[in-house]
Amino acid sequence: MKLDTNTINKIAKLARIRLSEDEAKDLLKDMNSILDWVEQLNEVNTDSVEPLANISSSTLPQRKDEAKDINSSDEILKNSPDKLEDYFVVPKVVE
Amino acid sequence: MSNLIKGNKHEWETVIGLEIHAQVKSNSKLFSNSSTAFGSRPNSQVSLVDAAMPGMLPVINKYCIEQAVKTGIGLNAKINNYSIFDRKNYFYADLPQGYQISQYKYPIVGEGKVSIDFKDGSSKDIRIVRLHLEQDAGKSLHDQNPTKTYVDLNRSGVALMEIVSEPDIRSADEAGLYISKIRSILMYLDTCDGNMQEGSLRADVNISVRKPGDDYGIRCEIKNLNSIKFIKQAINYEVRRQIEILETGGVIEQNTLLFNTSTGKTKPMRSKEEAHDYRYFPDPDLLPLEINQKDIDKMVNSIPELPDERKRKYVVVYNLSNYDASVLTADKSVSDYFDSVIKSDQSLKNSAKIVVNWITSELFSLLKENNIDIDNSPINPKYLGKLVKLIKENIISGKIAKDVLIEMFNSKQDPEIIIKNKGLKQVTDTSEIENIVDEVLKENKKMVEQYLSGKDKLLGFFVGQSMKKSKGKANPKILNEILKSKLSNKN
Repeated sequence: MKLDTNTINKIAKLARIRLSEDEAKDLLKDMNSILDWVEQLNEVNTDSVEPLANISSSTLPQRKDEAKDINSSDEILKNSPDKLEDYFVVPKVVE
Repeated sequence: MSNLIKGNKHEWETVIGLEIHAQVKSNSKLFSNSSTAFGSRPNSQVSLVDAAMPGMLPVINKYCIEQAVKTGIGLNAKINNYSIFDRKNYFYADLPQGYQISQYKYPIVGEGKVSIDFKDGSSKDIRIVRLHLEQDAGKSLHDQNPTKTYVDLNRSGVALMEIVSEPDIRSADEAGLYISKIRSILMYLDTCDGNMQEGSLRADVNISVRKPGDDYGIRCEIKNLNSIKFIKQAINYEVRRQIEILETGGVIEQNTLLFNTSTGKTKPMRSKEEAHDYRYFPDPDLLPLEINQKDIDKMVNSIPELPDERKRKYVVVYNLSNYDASVLTADKSVSDYFDSVIKSDQSLKNSAKIVVNWITSELFSLLKENNIDIDNSPINPKYLGKLVKLIKENIISGKIAKDVLIEMFNSKQDPEIIIKNKGLKQVTDTSEIENIVDEVLKENKKMVEQYLSGKDKLLGFFVGQSMKKSKGKANPKILNEILKSKLSNKN
């Protein structure tokens, strides 16, 4: 499988990362060589093998349904470039 | 009952499938221990996991898993012993992780079905494709500022169950019945509080139309509807819109739509070129979820009585119609109230229909007028049972009972005490009624003559006058008999 620049730009757009033309070219080369390397796995026949979700053989750890009162507003909003009262403020994101 | 809709040229069939998002009733979130309480200070329930701080790892809430399994059992569905959590990737301000943890190929619950009941007593099965667990996103407020969006992450990470139906629904009414049924099952199971106003239950509706017998048409999806009324309005509008396009030679564009509740119209949400590409893949932070059959069996045994079971009991044991039984059982609180009334007195078992009528007409309208829900009804179920017994035993008439009920509502008193204090006991003493009738006939001689010369309709007038004289307390049956015999004696 070979990627083209359109695919690189599409992935960048989905991840909200702005790329210059040069950066896109570099990434195209890097990603194609990664894909080439991974593609060696195609040599193995996996027709009757279920997809693997995780390589660990242990089971999913579970916790009790106990809520902790954390009153996080002040601490969590410290990371926000812009806030109003107890809200994060971001550029308008609706059509 | 035909569901076909007449266009200008053809008849059309509506095809609808629903995705219902039901918030899991739990104390803490799906993958973190912050609270799920509604209406708290914005961003006060956001742990480092919910805020997606680097290095934070999700740990699943055992109770949310049980809630999903219980719901699956309530939907007569297959519980999967093995399921996987995936990342659904998209970028939005109220999704700090940049992805939603959801389930894609291997959901926790597989195929099931629920049945919906129609007014005419018939019913229909709606098939369920799947139920999966996922995280809710935060809440964005878009209308507070012309250029900014305000974000509250308290809801971010709360557990949701997404319940997906097959496209088996054929009208807005069926969609309404289906979502009511799901809501009622969830509330009986206590796995979701069913509060649509607070957004605990919302639905995405997929709609297409076709000529009967044709393949499915191209569908549109209306997102995020949070009331049964809006769901029906949105469907009715959208069906008309699609039929009009097709009949004028147009093609339906597959679109995601939003329903504007003030205009009653749908409009496209985002353009096609920005169509989402979610790039699902298994979340490397979470191992597959394995549930052993023993635990599932244990949960099957702990499932409470569900609406369909109660309905059957009402039909078989209390002789209620299918429709009355489904009205009662739709809301667990109403059904519980009815059960308490019936249980308050042995003899009421045979008067179940009268009890239903008093609950669904008189009591409901009093509660509605005063904006009180049945859980907080000022009328004790035991007292309503007493009232029905007093009617059955001819101690008061149905008409007076309505006044007594209002008094019971206002004073929370025992109906017997109200009747005694106000002297409302029905007069069944024949001589007393005879005296009243004699007076009425004497006072209305002209009318009596007209009646005797053939104006039969005047009987009602005499009944009314006599009833008035007795202050509504005369037993109507005895009164009628006496009036008729006195009038015929005059002939």
